[in-house]
Amino acid sequence: MVTYRSDNSNPARIPALGIRVLICTALSVLLMFMDHRQDHLGTIRKGVGVAVYPLQVIVDAPFRLWEWLTESTADRSELQRELARLRAERVLTRAELQQLTALRAENDRLRDLLDARPRLRDEIRVAEIMAVDANPYRHNFVIDLGEADGVFNGQAIIDADGVIGQVLEVGVKTSQAILISDPSHALPVEVSRNGLRTIANGTGEFDQLDLPFLPNNADIVEGDVLVTSGLGGAFPAGYPVAVVASVNRIPQASFADVSAKPSSELDQVREVLLIWSAVPEEDAPATAADEDSPSEIAPAETTDAEETAPEPADE
Amino acid sequence: MSDAAYAQRLPVIATIIVALMLTIIPLPDWLEPFRPDWVALTLIYWAMILPRTWSVGSAWIVGLILDVAQGTLLGQHGLALCVVIFVTVRMHLLMRVFPAGQLMASVFSLLALYQFIVFWVNGVAGVPVEAIQYWAPVISGTLIWPVVKSILDGARMRVK
Repeated sequence: MVTYRSDNSNPARIPALGIRVLICTALSVLLMFMDHRQDHLGTIRKGVGVAVYPLQVIVDAPFRLWEWLTESTADRSELQRELARLRAERVLTRAELQQLTALRAENDRLRDLLDARPRLRDEIRVAEIMAVDANPYRHNFVIDLGEADGVFNGQAIIDADGVIGQVLEVGVKTSQAILISDPSHALPVEVSRNGLRTIANGTGEFDQLDLPFLPNNADIVEGDVLVTSGLGGAFPAGYPVAVVASVNRIPQASFADVSAKPSSELDQVREVLLIWSAVPEEDAPATAADEDSPSEIAPAETTDAEETAPEPADE
Repeated sequence: MSDAAYAQRLPVIATIIVALMLTIIPLPDWLEPFRPDWVALTLIYWAMILPRTWSVGSAWIVGLILDVAQGTLLGQHGLALCVVIFVTVRMHLLMRVFPAGQLMASVFSLLALYQFIVFWVNGVAGVPVEAIQYWAPVISGTLIWPVVKSILDGARMRVK
């Protein structure tokens, strides 16, 4: 047994311990209260975030190294196979793109006929996921873009298959983001088949979203594709979110039990896309409103989300 | 701070940084609930050994860093850590002479207290939680305590 070195002559007495605990507890409670009720602690978070950034980089390094190693040591035949596959995929996507161009032209023409405003295209940028939040009750992750790159709170994040989440807290060089599967996240969606509007809530499971506000007679079936409705203000409209996995109509209950499976593999993404929604220039006031709205729709508790969310379903 | 005091702090800071890194390193989904509270274990150890240098105040600051790293409510882990470390410091003389089994039992109750405060705050703030997420880290943390202790014992040799 090692002998313990006592810190001072009388090691049992640590001076002013109780006072220090009281101060720390009071400070904690104050911080938590301010953090929960208002949002004045952005600067503190950012300051401490700068200290955490190197840690995240170090933790991320082995994964990057491994990726780099597997890429650089992949053998020739494998690379050629990959190349062939990508070429084939490119041909297919280009073919689809041709169709899309034609459709876009047609859409613009029709909008002209209807005298509607032209749709604007969003700007998109690739970000990498640096770390996934360790806290099991919240599906958060960290991306490698921050304030310096023009990231803003409430910004929509997608990947190749659909919506992933949104930015929660912008740091200097990194940002915290929340997944749509987070239990406190709610996302306004619509059924692409008939435009039925509803809310998709996260469940805490990566492969499941809940649609709690659909009445029993709502026109929704398994396999319906849900896209963002753009009504919350945070997400631009028309991005795929999930596919309805099960519809359970319970006769005596007021709402049907509907769940959907997110289009993208939320637990497997490594690269994500950040969207800067295009806002038409003529309505500048709307821009200001847009900037405000993320805090409204974004990571509120479920109850808040229900209030801010557009009216459920059929009206 | 004199050079000696500085040399004494460095290994402790290094182990805390390693604990923070272990806390944010990504784990597979099924393993995630069983991630021990590395930072709490490390701080409990140092508060037991060097209660004058590493006590409530430093625990609170480390807790704040943990809050930012994990994106939790600011002050949540700070509060939990400073209460747990307070109990540890009050009991440090007793804990030093405890046999291994008894020490593990007290670490178990300290970790349970830690999780209780984290859960309590989550409950007040309205973050949904499950029972397994409460007990899994407490049990895995207790089981891994002897390993952590022997590694930190090694680090402590350099403190001297």
